[in-house]
Amino acid sequence: MALKIEKDAVSGTDTTGHEWDGLRELNTPLPLWWLYTWYACIAFAAVWVVLYPALPISGATGLLGYTARGALPAQLAAENAAREPMRARIRAATPEAIAADPTLRAFAVAGGRIAFANNCAACHGAGGQGATGGYPSLADDDWLWGGELADIHTTITHGIRNQDSEEARLSAMPVFGSGILTTAQIRDVTEHVLSLTQRATDPAAATRGAAVFTENCASCHGENGAGNPQFGAPNLSDQIWLHGRERAQIMAYITAPRMGVMPAFSGRLDPAMINMLTVYVHTLGGGR
Amino acid sequence: MNAVTPPSLYAAHAKVQPRAVTGRVRSVKWAVLIVLLGLYYVAPWLRWDRGPGVPDQAILVDVAHARLFFFWIELWPQEVYFLTGALVLGAIGLFAVTSLFGRVWCGFTCPQTVWTDLFMWVERRIEGDRNARIKLDAEPWSPRKRRLKFYKHAAWIGVAMATGGAWIMYFNDAPTIAWQMLTGQAGLTVYFFFGLFTLTTYTLAGFAREQVCIYMCPWPRFQGAMLDDQSLVVTYRDWRGEPRGKLKEEGHGDCVDCGACVHVCPTGIDIREGQQLPCIGCGLCVDACNEVMRKVDRPQGLIGFETLGNLAASQAAAAVHAPGPARLAASMAARRFPRLLRPRVLVYGAVLSVVMAVMAGAFMFRDTLSVSVLRDRAPLFVQLSDGGVRNAFTIKIVNKTREVASYALVLEGAPGVGILAQGAEADAQGRPLLTTRADGITEWRVLATVPAGLRLPANQAISFHLHDAGGHDVAHARSVLLGPRP
Repeated sequence: MALKIEKDAVSGTDTTGHEWDGLRELNTPLPLWWLYTWYACIAFAAVWVVLYPALPISGATGLLGYTARGALPAQLAAENAAREPMRARIRAATPEAIAADPTLRAFAVAGGRIAFANNCAACHGAGGQGATGGYPSLADDDWLWGGELADIHTTITHGIRNQDSEEARLSAMPVFGSGILTTAQIRDVTEHVLSLTQRATDPAAATRGAAVFTENCASCHGENGAGNPQFGAPNLSDQIWLHGRERAQIMAYITAPRMGVMPAFSGRLDPAMINMLTVYVHTLGGGR
Repeated sequence: MNAVTPPSLYAAHAKVQPRAVTGRVRSVKWAVLIVLLGLYYVAPWLRWDRGPGVPDQAILVDVAHARLFFFWIELWPQEVYFLTGALVLGAIGLFAVTSLFGRVWCGFTCPQTVWTDLFMWVERRIEGDRNARIKLDAEPWSPRKRRLKFYKHAAWIGVAMATGGAWIMYFNDAPTIAWQMLTGQAGLTVYFFFGLFTLTTYTLAGFAREQVCIYMCPWPRFQGAMLDDQSLVVTYRDWRGEPRGKLKEEGHGDCVDCGACVHVCPTGIDIREGQQLPCIGCGLCVDACNEVMRKVDRPQGLIGFETLGNLAASQAAAAVHAPGPARLAASMAARRFPRLLRPRVLVYGAVLSVVMAVMAGAFMFRDTLSVSVLRDRAPLFVQLSDGGVRNAFTIKIVNKTREVASYALVLEGAPGVGILAQGAEADAQGRPLLTTRADGITEWRVLATVPAGLRLPANQAISFHLHDAGGHDVAHARSVLLGPRP
């Protein structure tokens, strides 16, 4: 297209020669340094592309070899160094002392929340609510292995029924369905267990079951079914049922129990982090 | 096809070399410059006693502690809307002033104008006035030229450093940071921003100057929308001046075509061509022209602050008279006092009043204490071993005062439900006593327990209240108590 430079009648300025449906643009020249600034920006971008990873190609790290992942360890080290003074105080303190000091407690709860999400939430749920089928709730007031700070600390450190730690909490409920008790006896003892929460429907069976309970169950669960945290034996007289509260579920469990396992965290987490987790978990259930 | 070379869309920038001028407008501009620069450099050094442990700087943006101090006002980050409101007031105020008095912001108070003026003054003191500078620039490099240029840039950098340094003072304790910067003890961030603002001042006021107004600033582009024929703008009274011509020749108007108005213009334009975007309305051409009119013994005011409405009225009156003192008198008499109460001014004024009223109200009823409740969502509620139900909440109390205060926590809406705040003491009535930090947010985990015997709907509205020592309900927040479906 031929350019037709005209002089605008009103302003006396030349047009650029471009025309769009009769509209013409006046040529008001921009200072040249604007153009040079733009070129400088392009040159900067070119240098950037050479030095830094700018191309969406795997392995194109640029001449400086910078990667965000490569920079991460240094950043983490700096973060850890900044937190170390507080961590050292927490490492040296007992969970009880941490819970009693507002500053340490706030730090422990904040750090414990993150550690909980990373290490515990997979089984125990985001807020420690647990799940039926063997994942105990940490938010209620019922503790299998004890809810004092020291108990929680031991459980986290050594775990339950694992191969990781020699001091892991151990206990096993016998498989009563493998010849120890007959199906009729299991039915009777189930009736007795239901009676502990006033749900029995067959008083005669419950009475028969009471005798079976005393002989087979009371050594761990206690004569009245109140449980014993020493063996991780749950309280059978309260409203919380880890493996289900219905008659069929209780019967199935007595026949073939499924014992939960928890890893030991002593080899995975720093003692300071275990202390923080202990204090955090303790706050979930309101503490004991 | 006939080939036409396309015109260049770029041109080499011609340096504007304004001449010094004296006069009434120039005096006002000097006064405004001294007041504004004085405010800028002195303000961060003002002290304001706020008690121990609190910064005593009257105006301070404390980034590290997220506080904005302005004399007796202390703002938190969540109150940034006061800053937004102040900016809205500034913008609408600027619109109102512009529609009444034209580009007074651009011509007198804009930092770009003020610092450019300061840099031009420095330049003039070292290199001389317009003609001397043009001559110096055209000269080949000589020891004298090198010396003058060195002095000028050294002085500019000095002013720029003072400007960049003063900016830092608004974000740090001024005496402390000034001493640290002088002794090399300040942090890298401080020196970076000091360098950045030094560089931008040096570049914008030393080199970019009028190009900022003409090519960079968005404000001249849309302020035409605020101007009308009743706004005061710098105007050449062409009915008096035209046809322009030499003083000694007959048959010309009052304009002797001396070029004084062009020579003093900081943006290098000719005001006689009428209203134009690069005119910042500084009025230096008014002074320059009046100087010349005095010398050639003609009436003042060939260029003046005048509305376009009055210019048209004068032009109409001039058309029916023959040149001479009678025409001048009649044309000047045809002017009317500008109408101030125009729709746009009223609209700007109304918006200004509303925003001011809202801000004043928000400020007067600003809370120094507030409470918020976040309920746990995982789990929504917890079944307890005795059949009770527990809900967990996080309660945050914002205390904007400098005093520690204690409040009793009271749950309303669900009688019989017990509350426990972890880590809190109990008051005489057994209620949790929440002691807040001074000037901070304190957080508690609160457990509300519905006892086993109490039957509540699955979703019960409740509210948490803070009672002060006198039993007054000082703050509250709503939430819900959840439980299994009955």
